[in-house]
Amino acid sequence: MAGNSGKTIRFPREAKPERGAGAPAPIEVADLTVTYHRKPVLRDINLLIKEGGLTAVIGPNGAGKSTLLKAIMGIIPLASGEVRVFGEPIDRSRGLVGYVPQRGSVDWDFPTNALDVVLMGRYGKLGLFQRPRARDRETALACLEKVGMAPYAGRQISQLSGGQQQRVFLARALAQEAEVYLMDEPLAGVDAATERAVIEILKDLQARGKTVVCVHHDLQTVTSYFDQVVLLNLRLVASGPTESAFTPSNLRATYGGGLTLLSDVLETLERSGS
Amino acid sequence: MNSSFWILLTACLVAVTCGLVGTFLVLRRMVLMGDAISHAVLPGLVGGFLLSGSRDPLVMLLGAGAVGVLTAWLTEWVHRSGRVDTGASMGVVFTFLFALGVILVSAFAGQIDLDPDCVLYGEIAYVAYDTVLWGERDLGPRAVWLLGGALLFNLFLIVAFYKQLKICAFDPELAESLGIRTATYHYLLMIATAITTVAAFESVGAILVVAMLVVPPATALLLTQRLSGVLILASLIGCLSAGLGYSLASAADCSIAGAMAVAAGVLFLLTFLFSPRHGLVTRAWFRQRSLLAEE
Repeated sequence: MAGNSGKTIRFPREAKPERGAGAPAPIEVADLTVTYHRKPVLRDINLLIKEGGLTAVIGPNGAGKSTLLKAIMGIIPLASGEVRVFGEPIDRSRGLVGYVPQRGSVDWDFPTNALDVVLMGRYGKLGLFQRPRARDRETALACLEKVGMAPYAGRQISQLSGGQQQRVFLARALAQEAEVYLMDEPLAGVDAATERAVIEILKDLQARGKTVVCVHHDLQTVTSYFDQVVLLNLRLVASGPTESAFTPSNLRATYGGGLTLLSDVLETLERSGS
Repeated sequence: MNSSFWILLTACLVAVTCGLVGTFLVLRRMVLMGDAISHAVLPGLVGGFLLSGSRDPLVMLLGAGAVGVLTAWLTEWVHRSGRVDTGASMGVVFTFLFALGVILVSAFAGQIDLDPDCVLYGEIAYVAYDTVLWGERDLGPRAVWLLGGALLFNLFLIVAFYKQLKICAFDPELAESLGIRTATYHYLLMIATAITTVAAFESVGAILVVAMLVVPPATALLLTQRLSGVLILASLIGCLSAGLGYSLASAADCSIAGAMAVAAGVLFLLTFLFSPRHGLVTRAWFRQRSLLAEE
């Protein structure tokens, strides 16, 4: 509903039958292969992300989870295949997608403060030579407020805790005012309070009709936080609603079944009789 | 106008020009790229000189920009396609280009007014005597014109593309995801580095150029936590180093460029020890005081 309001989104030239007559899906990945030094890191991925879903991307280390997000964002080259965002190539729909890289991917000693980092989320909406306007500052401050970080707006980013840094990253994505949010491990290494705050914001985004895709590492919380799940290990193992796709057999196929952590999750799943 | 004035003006122009572009090199952890480009531009200069037959500043800056891009591109290419570590590929590319330049200079020594010693150490003491003539009129030292041009280029780049340079330095992945082409700004920065080093090295030498690219920004980063603050402070610290270095050189009758680089190093050391927030001594002192307060 609210998903596409106010934006011009064209229908794809060839609408796929399974999607019906509705608007194009927020994210559609077809036959995607990504290679690194000629070695495939993602192979033949076909994936459809539904509008308004809260999706977890799970899989073992090196399964290609971050690579999948970067491929969708168009920041790494695709060996083959195609990605469409609302039926358009990513270069024509960047303004509709917000991206949260892994917290560890940047240098937190950079000379800047929390508000400035959030303002960077507005850069995509500014012209080549344009500087952030008063309106962008207000939006950025409001986004910091939403993640409970308004009192730290002027704080140098290296003086923030890990959880606070993650919240600043989340606020920056909110400042992008996107329709789809791709987040790389927004819950990795954060404190319990931040985890609750982040989840609250994800649910709020969903309630407003936005689509959220998160790389997630904690199998214990998948069922309680996410309604859709993508299981990945170089190839796509399964994807769909959590209750039907997050099954012991799919998890074994994804992780190989050797993990002790995995057996705990499998036990709970089997006990709950799913 | 007297020679001291021109020497100090030249040195301050070097300091500000280098400080602006050096800040971004330091933040992007590409300091060695400044070192590499400052040496690699030599064959470009000789080539430009042989082709045009003059030391026209414009030809020199264009040649420098071209070789700067070439150095950055070759480094990336050797790194990517040969799977060679970036540092190693940079080392291979710039020493090769520099050596090529040295051969060219010595082979065409009769025709070229370039002295390898001068390239490394510079001769800022004589800066006032190499002037630009417009017909009969003396328009002031060549170095001042070259550096002024480089400074304007850097200022334009930073004022026009401040947000792009900032986001590319802090979070290149987000920049790409927003449709900001990080490669474009990488090469613009490399062109600025090449132009800066070429404009500066004839008068002050490659060693002071590298010092001015790195040391004042590194010092400023210990003192301020805003990018704009780092840019301004790096420029001021560079000028202060130039002034202190010149006084030292006058007093001790030693190499002016060398004294300026030493002054920059001493200012860094003092900041490193006594900076209010990060200083080694300052932190130890605060720790001591809080321990005493606890007792």
